[in-house]
Amino acid sequence: MIPELGHFALVLALLLALGQSWFGLLGAARGRVAWMRAAETSVAGQWWLLLLSFAALVWSFVRFDFSVAYVANTSNSLLPLFYRIAAAWGGHEGSLLLWALILASWSAAIVFFSRQMPLPFRSRVLGILGLVSVGFILFLLSTSNPFDRLMPAAPEGRDLNPLLQDFALAVHPPTLYLGYVGLAVPFAFACATLLEGRQEVDWARWARPWTLVAWLCLTVGITLGSWWAYYELGWGGYWFWDPVENASFMPWLMATALVHSLAVTEKRGLFRSWTLLLAVSAFSLSLLGTFLVRSGVLVSVHAFATDPSRGLFILGFLVAVIGGALTLYAWRAPALQAPGGFAPTSREAFLLFNNALLVAAAGLILVGTLYPLFMDALGLGKISVGPPYFGIAFLVPMVPLLLLMVFGMHAAWKYSRLGTAKRPLLMLLPLALLAAVGLILAGYDHFSLAAFAGFGVALWLMGSSLVAPWQRRDRWRSLPAGFWGMTLAHFGVGLFTLGVTGVESYRIERDLSLAPGESATLMGYAFRFDGTREVQGPNYAAVEGSFTVTREGQPVTVLTSQKRLYASGGNPMTEAGIHVSPRRDLFVALGEDLGAGKWSMRLQYKPLIRYVWLGALLMALGGLLATADRRYRVQLRQEEGQPA
Amino acid sequence: MMRKLLFVLPGIAFILLAAFLVQGLFLDPSRIPSPLIGAPAPQFALPDLADSSRQVSNRDWTGSPYLVNVWGTWCAGCREEHEVLLDIARDSDLPILGINWKDQRELALRWLAELGNPYSAVGADLEGRVAIDWGVYGAPETFLVGADGRVLWKHIGPLTLEAWRVDFLPRLAGQGS
Repeated sequence: MIPELGHFALVLALLLALGQSWFGLLGAARGRVAWMRAAETSVAGQWWLLLLSFAALVWSFVRFDFSVAYVANTSNSLLPLFYRIAAAWGGHEGSLLLWALILASWSAAIVFFSRQMPLPFRSRVLGILGLVSVGFILFLLSTSNPFDRLMPAAPEGRDLNPLLQDFALAVHPPTLYLGYVGLAVPFAFACATLLEGRQEVDWARWARPWTLVAWLCLTVGITLGSWWAYYELGWGGYWFWDPVENASFMPWLMATALVHSLAVTEKRGLFRSWTLLLAVSAFSLSLLGTFLVRSGVLVSVHAFATDPSRGLFILGFLVAVIGGALTLYAWRAPALQAPGGFAPTSREAFLLFNNALLVAAAGLILVGTLYPLFMDALGLGKISVGPPYFGIAFLVPMVPLLLLMVFGMHAAWKYSRLGTAKRPLLMLLPLALLAAVGLILAGYDHFSLAAFAGFGVALWLMGSSLVAPWQRRDRWRSLPAGFWGMTLAHFGVGLFTLGVTGVESYRIERDLSLAPGESATLMGYAFRFDGTREVQGPNYAAVEGSFTVTREGQPVTVLTSQKRLYASGGNPMTEAGIHVSPRRDLFVALGEDLGAGKWSMRLQYKPLIRYVWLGALLMALGGLLATADRRYRVQLRQEEGQPA
Repeated sequence: MMRKLLFVLPGIAFILLAAFLVQGLFLDPSRIPSPLIGAPAPQFALPDLADSSRQVSNRDWTGSPYLVNVWGTWCAGCREEHEVLLDIARDSDLPILGINWKDQRELALRWLAELGNPYSAVGADLEGRVAIDWGVYGAPETFLVGADGRVLWKHIGPLTLEAWRVDFLPRLAGQGS
């Protein structure tokens, strides 16, 4: 009964999504206020219905309703409650439902928070979001209904993919989806602007906080995914250039470009059509990512769901949404006027380079991701594109980006003037390089030019981002939140660079086989294998290997790594043992039983790896700070003061 | 006019991309073409699994079509397809040559004794040399060789009756046997 209720709510939500787009777009076109109000009511109704639908699904998981096919596929009676709830988005159907719910939440948030926008414009934005929502709910109902019943009901479920039974991965998809779907908001703003042929750039100011929130959710989502892959997959890598990772990274790069380009459009009225195109592309790439992941066009370790009918549906949807938006763009964007110009080293110019480089990076990654598909489609053979390509393709635009960033954040609008920041910046360079040499000499056993350059740039960038707050130290309180956000985010980029340089230059990985009592030494850390014991978990049995780590005879820690066999079957899963410190991670993963107490294992020394994620989180935190900027709030308050 | 064209460009790029994606949907990413298809089958001579003093060579089978099946007791997919091989051996007079790949003799012999032996002969490829000549990615793989000694088809992964009917039988019919 409850699942049918959820299904029915989903059907009603589809009708309301249709209402939302119909009343939103036509109401605005015909200037009918009542219709435009009806669009807002539809948004609210749709949100409640989707929430109900999602709650019905979660309820089915909580109550072990294995007569629902999706529940039987992704959970079983041994699965703890927390993971049963997370299992609601652990498979294809449920994650799409969550996707639709999040989209409706963004629409509802616009109704709630964006009262300062003129009614017709807001109505168009809601109309566009409604169209996207129609597509997703139709997709759910036609090819991926999470409420399909099993006849007869399964006596026991198959269990959630053990890889997903983990805290980070339980929260990773919702965060990532918040970001993915959040990019629909700037997309809708851009489409509404094009539809209206709006010459004013006020939409850029309205779109900025939304874009920032979507961007920061995407940042946190990707970071969580990377952290999870590091400790859960058992390989100790933090980024694999896997098609699914690329699918989340490309929209992130575009969204990063968009966040910066929106600033130029808002402050100076420039880059108008470019910003619109970026807004369209960022969401397009997030849809393309969905297509790549859900259709199985590219084989990848993440391909949990592959089904050609689903692929065809998403592709049709993709063509309708992106094709429609780009047609609108080709039709309306040429009429947009760009006033004024800017000097070659003004902030506009730096941001132009920023945009060009970020888009180039996204483009190179897109080409690499789709290259095997192109070759195959053209009959030129099967090939795969791996980390060596992506590493280079990413580094080439990133190095100039980091260098330009050092200066760009201090540049003035419109004029070529670095002002008082120029001298400290130039003085920081030798300091940063000196510190880089010091870091290498103090911490590592050999000198590497790449590490020297990477550390140097990272430290210079971090220093540069602190110059402005230092110079304004007497009036910290009066500085806007947007300024602090930018400072923190750019400092985060520096920290991230530091981490990546450290771990890529000085990581050590050893694949060994040890018998109990034997040890191996990595960078001065002695790992003694103390043997294994059996461990029983709630829905798995495990063998746990234990390692005593010492440094110069002093105990450092005891690490344990498990090899888990889940009751539901499947391949054994490795739980790595990790010791964290600001300087490095020590990482132990148990391999295979080689007989006679001997085990194969992987020991790793990962210098500075924590800064990779910490840097990314600082970027997100910077975004959050910038969203809280007074400029966006003042509008709200003014609006509330006005009579309705 | 040129300026307007610039704004149409993203749309055109997207149409091109979409065309590739449509085609991509209908490609099977697990289908890896073998350069061997159409080429003469590589010759091999391996010690017989049952009696290592004797040799198994595909030269002895030229003149009529035959199957070459690469397997090992360590491979789960091989156990999966074993029933199918037995069916084929029972229902047709097509000889099946086994290449026992990187395996242990005793295990392989016990496997055949327990599960049944569909093979006309099995060669033991302990070092995997022959498998390299044949371009084997992973067991199981099954090759169809024609009467003229050319490779007609290669199947990757566990053989199914479906694949046998669709991919093998029509090609075999062209051989006139």
